[in-house]
Amino acid sequence: MGFDQYHEPPEELPQQTRTFARLCASLTEEAEAIGWYEQRLAVETDEDARAVMHDAMGEEYKHFCMDLEFLLRRTPLWREIAAGILFQDGDIVEHGEAAEEAATEGAAERGEPLAPGSESLGIGSLREVRS
Amino acid sequence: MSHLLREHAPVTEAGWELLDSEARERLEPALAARRLVDFSGPHGWQHSATNLGRVEQLGEAPAEGIGAVRRLVLPLTELRADFAVARAELAAADRGAEDADLEALDTAAHQLAIAENAAVFHGWEAAGIVGIAAASPHEAIALGEDCERYPRHVAKAIEALLQAGVGGPYGLALGPGVYARVLETSEHGGYPLLEHLREILSGPIVWAPGVQGAVVLSLRGGDFLFESGEDIAIGYADHDAEAVRLYLEESFSFRVATPEAAVALSNG
Repeated sequence: MGFDQYHEPPEELPQQTRTFARLCASLTEEAEAIGWYEQRLAVETDEDARAVMHDAMGEEYKHFCMDLEFLLRRTPLWREIAAGILFQDGDIVEHGEAAEEAATEGAAERGEPLAPGSESLGIGSLREVRS
Repeated sequence: MSHLLREHAPVTEAGWELLDSEARERLEPALAARRLVDFSGPHGWQHSATNLGRVEQLGEAPAEGIGAVRRLVLPLTELRADFAVARAELAAADRGAEDADLEALDTAAHQLAIAENAAVFHGWEAAGIVGIAAASPHEAIALGEDCERYPRHVAKAIEALLQAGVGGPYGLALGPGVYARVLETSEHGGYPLLEHLREILSGPIVWAPGVQGAVVLSLRGGDFLFESGEDIAIGYADHDAEAVRLYLEESFSFRVATPEAAVALSNG
Protein backbone atom coordinates (compact mmCIF):
# COMPACT_ATOMS: atom_id res chain seq x y z
CA MET A 1 0.00 0.00 0.00
CA GLY A 2 1.27 3.47 -0.83
CA PHE A 3 1.07 6.61 1.25
CA ASP A 4 -0.01 8.90 -1.53
CA GLN A 5 -2.69 10.64 0.51
CA TYR A 6 0.23 12.72 1.80
CA HIS A 7 1.45 15.56 -0.35
CA GLU A 8 4.32 16.35 1.99
CA PRO A 9 6.73 13.96 3.78
CA PRO A 10 4.54 12.25 6.44
CA GLU A 11 7.29 12.43 9.06
CA GLU A 12 7.22 16.21 8.81
CA LEU A 13 3.45 16.45 9.25
CA PRO A 14 1.78 16.85 12.65
CA GLN A 15 -0.32 13.90 13.72
CA GLN A 16 -3.57 15.86 13.36
CA THR A 17 -2.74 16.81 9.78
CA ARG A 18 -2.04 13.18 8.95
CA THR A 19 -5.41 12.20 10.40
CA PHE A 20 -7.06 15.02 8.46
CA ALA A 21 -5.38 13.85 5.23
CA ARG A 22 -6.52 10.26 5.80
CA LEU A 23 -10.10 11.36 6.19
CA CYS A 24 -9.82 13.54 3.06
CA ALA A 25 -8.60 10.46 1.17
CA SER A 26 -11.44 8.41 2.62
CA LEU A 27 -13.97 11.07 1.58
CA THR A 28 -12.62 10.96 -1.98
CA GLU A 29 -12.85 7.16 -2.07
CA GLU A 30 -16.44 7.19 -0.83
CA ALA A 31 -17.41 9.81 -3.44
CA GLU A 32 -15.77 7.74 -6.20
CA ALA A 33 -17.57 4.62 -5.02
CA ILE A 34 -20.92 6.43 -5.06
CA GLY A 35 -20.23 7.52 -8.65
CA TRP A 36 -19.28 3.97 -9.65
CA TYR A 37 -22.40 2.43 -8.10
CA GLU A 38 -24.55 5.05 -9.79
CA GLN A 39 -23.09 4.03 -13.15
CA ARG A 40 -23.38 0.29 -12.45
CA LEU A 41 -27.00 0.69 -11.40
CA ALA A 42 -27.73 2.64 -14.56
CA VAL A 43 -26.80 -0.37 -16.71
CA GLU A 44 -27.59 -3.38 -14.51
CA THR A 45 -30.92 -5.12 -15.21
CA ASP A 46 -30.74 -8.03 -12.76
CA GLU A 47 -33.04 -7.02 -9.89
CA ASP A 48 -31.12 -8.95 -7.23
CA ALA A 49 -27.81 -7.47 -8.31
CA ARG A 50 -29.40 -4.02 -8.33
CA ALA A 51 -30.69 -4.52 -4.78
CA VAL A 52 -27.24 -5.51 -3.54
CA MET A 53 -25.55 -2.57 -5.25
CA HIS A 54 -28.22 -0.16 -4.08
CA ASP A 55 -27.63 -1.30 -0.52
CA ALA A 56 -23.85 -0.94 -0.98
CA MET A 57 -24.26 2.55 -2.40
CA GLY A 58 -26.26 3.51 0.69
CA GLU A 59 -23.30 2.47 2.81
CA GLU A 60 -20.98 4.66 0.72
CA TYR A 61 -23.30 7.64 1.22
CA LYS A 62 -23.27 7.01 4.96
CA HIS A 63 -19.46 6.76 5.03
CA PHE A 64 -19.20 9.91 2.91
CA CYS A 65 -21.36 11.80 5.41
CA MET A 66 -19.35 10.51 8.37
CA ASP A 67 -16.06 11.53 6.74
CA LEU A 68 -17.45 14.94 5.91
CA GLU A 69 -18.76 15.47 9.44
CA PHE A 70 -15.36 14.53 10.89
CA LEU A 71 -13.56 17.02 8.63
CA LEU A 72 -16.04 19.79 9.38
CA ARG A 73 -15.70 19.24 13.12
CA ARG A 74 -12.00 19.91 12.72
CA THR A 75 -12.57 23.12 10.73
CA PRO A 76 -15.06 25.38 12.52
CA LEU A 77 -15.05 28.02 9.78
CA TRP A 78 -15.82 25.49 7.04
CA ARG A 79 -18.43 23.94 9.27
CA GLU A 80 -20.11 27.33 9.55
CA ILE A 81 -20.08 27.75 5.76
CA ALA A 82 -21.36 24.21 5.24
CA ALA A 83 -24.23 24.87 7.64
CA GLY A 84 -25.42 27.63 5.31
CA ILE A 85 -25.32 25.32 2.27
CA LEU A 86 -26.34 21.83 3.35
CA PHE A 87 -30.00 20.84 3.75
CA GLN A 88 -31.27 24.21 2.50
CA ASP A 89 -33.92 24.64 -0.16
CA GLY A 90 -33.37 27.17 -2.93
CA ASP A 91 -30.40 28.15 -5.04
CA ILE A 92 -27.31 26.18 -4.00
CA VAL A 93 -24.83 28.64 -5.50
CA GLU A 94 -26.51 31.60 -3.85
CA HIS A 95 -26.48 29.82 -0.48
CA GLY A 96 -22.80 29.01 -1.00
CA GLU A 97 -21.88 32.60 -1.75
CA ALA A 98 -23.95 33.99 1.12
CA ALA A 99 -22.66 31.45 3.66
CA GLU A 100 -19.05 32.01 2.61
CA GLU A 101 -19.39 35.77 2.80
CA ALA A 102 -21.05 35.67 6.21
CA ALA A 103 -18.53 33.27 7.68
CA THR A 104 -15.32 34.54 6.13
CA GLU A 105 -15.87 38.28 6.07
CA GLY A 106 -15.01 38.79 9.70
CA ALA A 107 -12.45 35.98 9.72
CA ALA A 108 -10.56 37.40 6.74
CA GLU A 109 -10.53 40.87 8.25
CA ARG A 110 -8.93 39.42 11.34
CA GLY A 111 -6.41 37.49 9.25
CA GLU A 112 -7.55 34.12 10.53
CA PRO A 113 -6.16 31.05 8.79
CA LEU A 114 -8.79 29.32 6.66
CA ALA A 115 -6.91 26.03 6.54
CA PRO A 116 -6.52 23.42 9.27
CA GLY A 117 -3.16 22.72 10.89
CA SER A 118 -3.73 23.68 14.50
CA GLU A 119 -3.22 20.94 17.04
CA SER A 120 -6.21 22.08 19.06
CA LEU A 121 -9.20 19.86 19.74
CA GLY A 122 -11.13 21.89 17.16
CA ILE A 123 -14.06 22.61 19.46
CA GLY A 124 -14.63 26.26 18.53
CA SER A 125 -18.14 27.61 18.81
CA LEU A 126 -20.83 25.23 20.00
CA ARG A 127 -23.65 27.61 19.24
CA GLU A 128 -26.59 26.13 17.38
CA VAL A 129 -28.86 29.19 17.35
CA ARG A 130 -27.59 31.80 14.92
CA SER A 131 -28.61 35.41 15.15
CA MET B 1 6.42 21.48 15.91
CA SER B 2 4.17 23.72 17.99
CA HIS B 3 4.76 24.84 21.57
CA LEU B 4 2.56 21.96 22.70
CA LEU B 5 5.52 19.62 22.04
CA ARG B 6 3.20 16.71 21.33
CA GLU B 7 5.78 14.98 19.14
CA HIS B 8 8.10 14.65 22.17
CA ALA B 9 5.56 12.71 24.23
CA PRO B 10 5.85 8.92 24.46
CA VAL B 11 2.30 8.64 23.15
CA THR B 12 1.39 6.74 19.98
CA GLU B 13 -0.80 8.21 17.28
CA ALA B 14 -3.68 6.04 18.49
CA GLY B 15 -2.97 7.25 22.02
CA TRP B 16 -3.25 10.90 20.96
CA GLU B 17 -6.49 10.14 19.15
CA LEU B 18 -7.83 8.54 22.32
CA LEU B 19 -6.77 11.47 24.52
CA ASP B 20 -8.07 14.12 22.12
CA SER B 21 -11.36 12.38 21.65
CA GLU B 22 -11.82 11.78 25.40
CA ALA B 23 -11.09 15.45 26.09
CA ARG B 24 -13.53 16.58 23.40
CA GLU B 25 -16.19 14.26 24.78
CA ARG B 26 -15.79 15.68 28.28
CA LEU B 27 -15.46 19.30 27.30
CA GLU B 28 -18.22 19.80 24.76
CA PRO B 29 -21.21 19.17 27.05
CA ALA B 30 -19.71 21.42 29.74
CA LEU B 31 -18.55 24.41 27.66
CA ALA B 32 -21.80 26.29 28.18
CA ALA B 33 -20.53 29.76 27.28
CA ARG B 34 -19.66 28.59 23.77
CA ARG B 35 -23.29 27.63 23.22
CA LEU B 36 -24.54 31.09 24.09
CA VAL B 37 -22.01 33.83 23.26
CA ASP B 38 -20.33 34.96 20.03
CA PHE B 39 -17.11 33.06 19.36
CA SER B 40 -14.29 34.55 17.33
CA GLY B 41 -11.17 32.69 16.32
CA PRO B 42 -9.12 30.73 17.04
CA HIS B 43 -6.57 33.43 16.21
CA GLY B 44 -3.55 31.35 17.19
CA TRP B 45 -1.19 31.01 20.13
CA GLN B 46 0.65 34.21 19.24
CA HIS B 47 -2.50 36.32 19.44
CA SER B 48 -2.02 38.23 22.68
CA ALA B 49 -4.67 40.92 22.98
CA THR B 50 -8.14 42.00 21.91
CA ASN B 51 -8.49 45.38 20.28
CA LEU B 52 -10.94 47.51 22.27
CA GLY B 53 -10.82 50.53 19.94
CA ARG B 54 -10.33 52.82 22.92
CA VAL B 55 -7.47 54.96 24.15
CA GLU B 56 -6.27 56.51 27.39
CA GLN B 57 -4.68 59.91 27.69
CA LEU B 58 -0.97 60.06 28.29
CA GLY B 59 0.46 62.96 30.20
CA GLU B 60 3.02 65.02 28.46
CA ALA B 61 4.41 63.94 25.11
CA PRO B 62 8.19 63.82 24.55
CA ALA B 63 8.03 67.07 22.61
CA GLU B 64 6.13 70.30 23.02
CA GLY B 65 2.92 70.81 21.04
CA ILE B 66 2.27 67.08 20.69
CA GLY B 67 -0.78 65.24 21.99
CA ALA B 68 -0.55 61.55 22.80
CA VAL B 69 -2.87 58.73 23.74
CA ARG B 70 -2.25 55.06 24.35
CA ARG B 71 -4.34 52.24 22.85
CA LEU B 72 -6.25 50.11 25.33
CA VAL B 73 -6.35 46.38 24.76
CA LEU B 74 -7.68 43.41 26.67
CA PRO B 75 -4.86 40.86 27.06
CA LEU B 76 -5.72 37.24 26.40
CA THR B 77 -5.67 34.95 29.39
CA GLU B 78 -4.10 31.50 29.32
CA LEU B 79 -5.82 28.68 31.19
CA ARG B 80 -3.99 25.45 31.83
CA ALA B 81 -5.12 22.27 33.57
CA ASP B 82 -2.38 19.71 34.26
CA PHE B 83 -3.05 15.99 34.35
CA ALA B 84 -1.12 12.74 34.16
CA VAL B 85 -1.89 9.49 32.40
CA ALA B 86 -0.30 6.19 33.44
CA ARG B 87 1.84 4.80 30.62
CA ALA B 88 0.44 1.34 31.39
CA GLU B 89 -3.05 2.68 30.62
CA LEU B 90 -1.91 4.13 27.29
CA ALA B 91 -0.21 0.83 26.44
CA ALA B 92 -3.42 -1.02 27.32
CA ALA B 93 -5.40 1.29 25.03
CA ASP B 94 -2.90 0.60 22.23
CA ARG B 95 -3.57 -3.11 22.70
CA GLY B 96 -7.27 -2.45 22.30
CA ALA B 97 -8.44 -1.97 25.89
CA GLU B 98 -11.71 -0.05 25.90
CA ASP B 99 -11.53 0.96 29.55
CA ALA B 100 -8.27 2.92 29.83
CA ASP B 101 -8.26 4.99 33.01
CA LEU B 102 -8.35 8.63 31.90
CA GLU B 103 -9.99 9.99 35.02
CA ALA B 104 -7.34 12.67 35.54
CA LEU B 105 -7.97 13.95 32.01
CA ASP B 106 -11.72 13.96 32.65
CA THR B 107 -11.25 15.96 35.84
CA ALA B 108 -8.92 18.45 34.17
CA ALA B 109 -11.36 18.91 31.27
CA HIS B 110 -14.25 19.53 33.64
CA GLN B 111 -12.24 22.04 35.67
CA LEU B 112 -11.20 23.89 32.52
CA ALA B 113 -14.83 24.12 31.40
CA ILE B 114 -15.85 25.40 34.84
CA ALA B 115 -13.12 28.06 34.68
CA GLU B 116 -14.14 29.20 31.20
CA ASN B 117 -17.84 29.36 32.12
CA ALA B 118 -17.18 31.14 35.42
CA ALA B 119 -15.00 33.75 33.72
CA VAL B 120 -17.63 34.43 31.06
CA PHE B 121 -20.69 34.51 33.30
CA HIS B 122 -19.29 35.83 36.58
CA GLY B 123 -16.06 37.54 35.50
CA TRP B 124 -12.45 37.27 36.58
CA GLU B 125 -11.05 40.44 38.02
CA ALA B 126 -7.37 39.47 37.82
CA ALA B 127 -7.76 38.77 34.11
CA GLY B 128 -9.64 42.00 33.45
CA ILE B 129 -12.79 40.09 32.49
CA VAL B 130 -16.18 41.43 33.53
CA GLY B 131 -18.73 38.64 33.45
CA ILE B 132 -22.20 38.71 31.93
CA ALA B 133 -24.04 38.57 35.26
CA ALA B 134 -21.85 41.21 36.92
CA ALA B 135 -22.12 43.56 33.93
CA SER B 136 -25.91 43.41 33.75
CA PRO B 137 -27.61 46.61 34.93
CA HIS B 138 -30.86 44.69 35.54
CA GLU B 139 -31.65 43.73 39.10
CA ALA B 140 -31.02 40.03 39.66
CA ILE B 141 -34.18 37.95 40.02
CA ALA B 142 -34.19 35.53 42.95
CA LEU B 143 -34.98 31.99 41.80
CA GLY B 144 -36.22 30.67 45.14
CA GLU B 145 -36.87 27.02 45.93
CA ASP B 146 -40.20 26.66 44.14
CA CYS B 147 -39.31 25.36 40.67
CA GLU B 148 -42.83 25.84 39.39
CA ARG B 149 -42.24 29.58 39.62
CA TYR B 150 -39.20 29.44 37.33
CA PRO B 151 -41.20 30.09 34.13
CA ARG B 152 -42.49 33.28 35.75
CA HIS B 153 -38.94 34.37 36.66
CA VAL B 154 -37.65 33.65 33.17
CA ALA B 155 -40.60 35.49 31.61
CA LYS B 156 -39.87 38.44 33.89
CA ALA B 157 -36.23 38.43 32.77
CA ILE B 158 -37.27 38.40 29.11
CA GLU B 159 -39.68 41.24 29.75
CA ALA B 160 -36.78 43.25 31.24
CA LEU B 161 -34.71 42.54 28.13
CA LEU B 162 -37.55 43.59 25.83
CA GLN B 163 -38.06 46.77 27.86
CA ALA B 164 -34.38 47.53 27.30
CA GLY B 165 -34.82 47.01 23.55
CA VAL B 166 -32.95 43.72 23.48
CA GLY B 167 -34.52 41.24 21.07
CA GLY B 168 -34.30 37.45 21.02
CA PRO B 169 -33.92 34.60 20.62
CA TYR B 170 -32.93 34.12 24.24
CA GLY B 171 -30.86 31.43 25.89
CA LEU B 172 -30.68 30.24 29.48
CA ALA B 173 -27.54 29.10 31.28
CA LEU B 174 -28.37 27.02 34.34
CA GLY B 175 -25.91 26.20 37.10
CA PRO B 176 -25.80 22.43 37.80
CA GLY B 177 -27.98 22.60 40.92
CA VAL B 178 -30.71 24.59 39.19
CA TYR B 179 -30.46 22.44 36.06
CA ALA B 180 -30.99 19.26 38.07
CA ARG B 181 -34.06 20.76 39.78
CA VAL B 182 -35.51 21.87 36.44
CA LEU B 183 -34.92 18.46 34.89
CA GLU B 184 -36.66 16.70 37.77
CA THR B 185 -39.70 18.95 37.79
CA SER B 186 -43.00 18.52 36.02
CA GLU B 187 -45.61 21.20 36.40
CA HIS B 188 -49.29 20.61 37.16
CA GLY B 189 -50.54 18.25 34.50
CA GLY B 190 -47.14 16.60 34.11
CA TYR B 191 -45.72 18.97 31.50
CA PRO B 192 -41.92 19.02 31.83
CA LEU B 193 -40.63 22.32 33.17
CA LEU B 194 -37.69 22.17 30.76
CA GLU B 195 -40.05 22.20 27.76
CA HIS B 196 -42.09 25.07 29.18
CA LEU B 197 -38.94 27.16 29.67
CA ARG B 198 -37.74 26.32 26.17
CA GLU B 199 -41.03 27.59 24.73
CA ILE B 200 -40.72 30.87 26.61
CA LEU B 201 -37.13 31.41 25.50
CA SER B 202 -37.32 30.14 21.90
CA GLY B 203 -33.65 29.32 22.43
CA PRO B 204 -31.43 26.76 24.13
CA ILE B 205 -31.27 25.82 27.80
CA VAL B 206 -27.72 24.95 28.70
CA TRP B 207 -26.17 23.02 31.59
CA ALA B 208 -23.48 25.37 32.81
CA PRO B 209 -21.03 24.11 35.43
CA GLY B 210 -19.34 27.09 37.04
CA VAL B 211 -22.48 29.24 36.90
CA GLN B 212 -24.13 30.26 40.16
CA GLY B 213 -27.91 30.36 39.75
CA ALA B 214 -28.83 31.09 36.14
CA VAL B 215 -28.51 33.73 33.44
CA VAL B 216 -30.98 34.68 30.70
CA LEU B 217 -29.29 36.32 27.74
CA SER B 218 -30.02 37.38 24.20
CA LEU B 219 -28.57 35.32 21.36
CA ARG B 220 -29.17 38.01 18.71
CA GLY B 221 -25.39 38.41 18.41
CA GLY B 222 -22.91 41.21 18.96
CA ASP B 223 -23.52 41.47 22.72
CA PHE B 224 -21.12 38.97 24.31
CA LEU B 225 -17.77 38.42 22.66
CA PHE B 226 -15.49 35.46 23.34
CA GLU B 227 -12.19 35.74 21.50
CA SER B 228 -10.13 32.59 21.25
CA GLY B 229 -6.37 32.70 20.76
CA GLU B 230 -5.44 29.05 20.93
CA ASP B 231 -8.51 26.86 21.16
CA ILE B 232 -8.36 24.12 23.77
CA ALA B 233 -5.51 21.72 23.05
CA ILE B 234 -3.56 19.01 24.84
CA GLY B 235 0.14 19.64 25.29
CA TYR B 236 3.03 17.60 26.66
CA ALA B 237 4.95 18.57 29.82
CA ASP B 238 7.21 15.62 30.70
CA HIS B 239 7.23 11.92 31.53
CA ASP B 240 8.94 9.21 33.53
CA ALA B 241 8.74 5.42 33.46
CA GLU B 242 5.31 5.44 35.08
CA ALA B 243 3.34 8.36 33.72
CA VAL B 244 3.07 11.00 31.03
CA ARG B 245 2.29 14.46 32.30
CA LEU B 246 0.15 16.48 29.94
CA TYR B 247 -2.02 19.56 30.11
CA LEU B 248 -5.11 21.09 28.61
CA GLU B 249 -4.57 24.66 27.54
CA GLU B 250 -6.34 27.54 25.89
CA SER B 251 -6.03 31.30 25.60
CA PHE B 252 -8.99 33.67 25.34
CA SER B 253 -10.49 37.00 26.24
CA PHE B 254 -14.10 37.87 26.92
CA ARG B 255 -15.92 41.16 26.92
CA VAL B 256 -19.50 42.35 27.23
CA ALA B 257 -20.51 44.82 24.53
CA THR B 258 -24.15 45.22 25.66
CA PRO B 259 -24.47 44.81 29.42
CA GLU B 260 -28.27 45.17 29.28
CA ALA B 261 -28.59 42.09 27.05
CA ALA B 262 -28.62 39.68 30.03
CA VAL B 263 -30.42 39.21 33.34
CA ALA B 264 -29.01 37.19 36.23
CA LEU B 265 -31.24 34.79 38.18
CA SER B 266 -29.71 34.34 41.59
CA ASN B 267 -29.90 31.37 43.93
CA GLY B 268 -32.03 31.85 46.99
